Amino acid sequence: MPELALKVRVERSGFTLAVDTALALTGITALFGPSGSGKTSLLRIIAGLEPAAHGQLRFDGERWSADGRRPPPQQRGTPMVFQDTRLFPHLDVAGNLRYAERRADRHRPGPVRDEVIAALDLAPLLPRRVPGLSGGERQRVALARCLLARPRLLLLDEPLAALDLQRRAELLPYLEKLPVLFGIPSLYVTHAVDEVARLAEQVLVMANGRIVASGETAAVLERLDLPQLTGLPETGALLDARLRRHDPALGLSELELAGQRLSLPQVDAAPGSRLRLRVRARDVALAREPVAASSIRNQLRARVLAIEEQADGPFAEVLLALDGGDELHLRARITRASARELQLSPGQPIHALIKSVALDGEPLAQEL
Amino acid sequence: MDYGPLWLSLRLAGITTGLLLLLGTPLAWWLARSRARLVPVVEAVTALPLVLPPTVLGFYLLLLMNPGSALGGAWLSLTGDTLSFSFAGLVVASLFYSLPFVVQPLQSAFAAQDHGLLEAAATLGAGPLDRFLTVASPLALRGYLAAAVLGFAHTIGEFGVVLMVGGNIPGRTQLISIAIYEQVETLNYAEAHRWSALLLLFSFLTLLLVYTVNRRSLPRVA
Repeated sequence: MPELALKVRVERSGFTLAVDTALALTGITALFGPSGSGKTSLLRIIAGLEPAAHGQLRFDGERWSADGRRPPPQQRGTPMVFQDTRLFPHLDVAGNLRYAERRADRHRPGPVRDEVIAALDLAPLLPRRVPGLSGGERQRVALARCLLARPRLLLLDEPLAALDLQRRAELLPYLEKLPVLFGIPSLYVTHAVDEVARLAEQVLVMANGRIVASGETAAVLERLDLPQLTGLPETGALLDARLRRHDPALGLSELELAGQRLSLPQVDAAPGSRLRLRVRARDVALAREPVAASSIRNQLRARVLAIEEQADGPFAEVLLALDGGDELHLRARITRASARELQLSPGQPIHALIKSVALDGEPLAQEL
Repeated sequence: MDYGPLWLSLRLAGITTGLLLLLGTPLAWWLARSRARLVPVVEAVTALPLVLPPTVLGFYLLLLMNPGSALGGAWLSLTGDTLSFSFAGLVVASLFYSLPFVVQPLQSAFAAQDHGLLEAAATLGAGPLDRFLTVASPLALRGYLAAAVLGFAHTIGEFGVVLMVGGNIPGRTQLISIAIYEQVETLNYAEAHRWSALLLLFSFLTLLLVYTVNRRSLPRVA
């Protein structure tokens, strides 16, 4: 497992990036934060594309300069998937792939051409010219091109950001299976928390040019101070659940979470499989007593772990642990007024109410 | 009709264009990509032949090529021939005179390129020369075409500079433009007409070919 240590600094007018951290690279590591927080700059420093950067990197025991001089980008083994794909317009798809393949270090292990083409379903695209490809197709080719360069570390800079929702949904499964398939450590820049939840094993949270939080994805995403740290309002929690059964007549699926049930619009997975589910904090309501005669289908028994009230806003975020599963956490976003009326305090039993429709279309990662 | 001056002009234009593409490429690349403070200075020097009267350029070139000067003297002892009033001298003069017509199209072609493609190539393992040859150059194909045609046509059309540097020696420095001038001076209008019409047709056909090819086979690169 290669280790990446960064001690780098860039100063531009009105913006300073200063990062001093070390992490073990395994699977996909997300670099997460709002626009302008320095995620892309950090990725470019690692690739050796930021001549104005100062400092040092250490990758897998090698010393790299932050300004991209020693070693230069072409000797780092860190191919980058860009948001705007950057396919070579004067070559066809096969030519773009060959470009990377020919320049790959033969002494490095890496996926072979046929594997990559099969994994990304590129066979029909090979003779096509770049200008005729759709956004999703371009990004698949860009991904394949980088894989054929035999990466030591794969860098992905918001690869889904320029795509519409449907193309995004088409591309996500490819991104998801890559680390498993080829065992290449990846750094994935995004400002979409859904992508972090679905793809990343660990996450570095950036804001204002600094790393403000890091750790395992589930633990970081349920931190109550995440909205304050990142300025991103969309908070939530990850739940690992088992699919119990489908109810095709009503179009619902039922999940099991430490003995409790959660129903949601039918998902495409076999009963018994394990699923990862992200529940947004704003979709969770709280009640002291079980609610009778309600349209809300899911009522989970839980305990309050912590409460964080906004200093000057109307909201409070409450972290909960489900009964029977200390590892299963939920977050609820309620008003400060409700928090006072419910007299919430740590350790207090509570009922978490989740509308099934709120879970419709949520990212569900099937664990392999 | 004596075709000597025409062949000499074509040879001069061919050699000059070839040399300028070789020498102008790194210069244009540097002008397009560098942020050095020297860039505007070099840019201005490169563009001088556009605004300078050809006689001024010719005069200084003549001084430079004089056997008494450093360059002219070195050339004489090296080749046994003077640089002024020779074909080699014409090539040197044309290199200066047509420089902006080759460098400027190349420079704007390089400057218009998406730098991101070169970054992508770098992260895929391509070194600087590799990136230049396999990404920047193919994408600058239109620029190369424009540079070659403009350099060639402009060299064919040279008059003032070549007259001052090369004189009017048949078979050695008598180019088509000078031959026409001589026919007009000696009131031989019929001959002047033939050469002028030929040159006009040649120039038009060259440009027509370029614009046709440019439109048809080169995909627009976004």
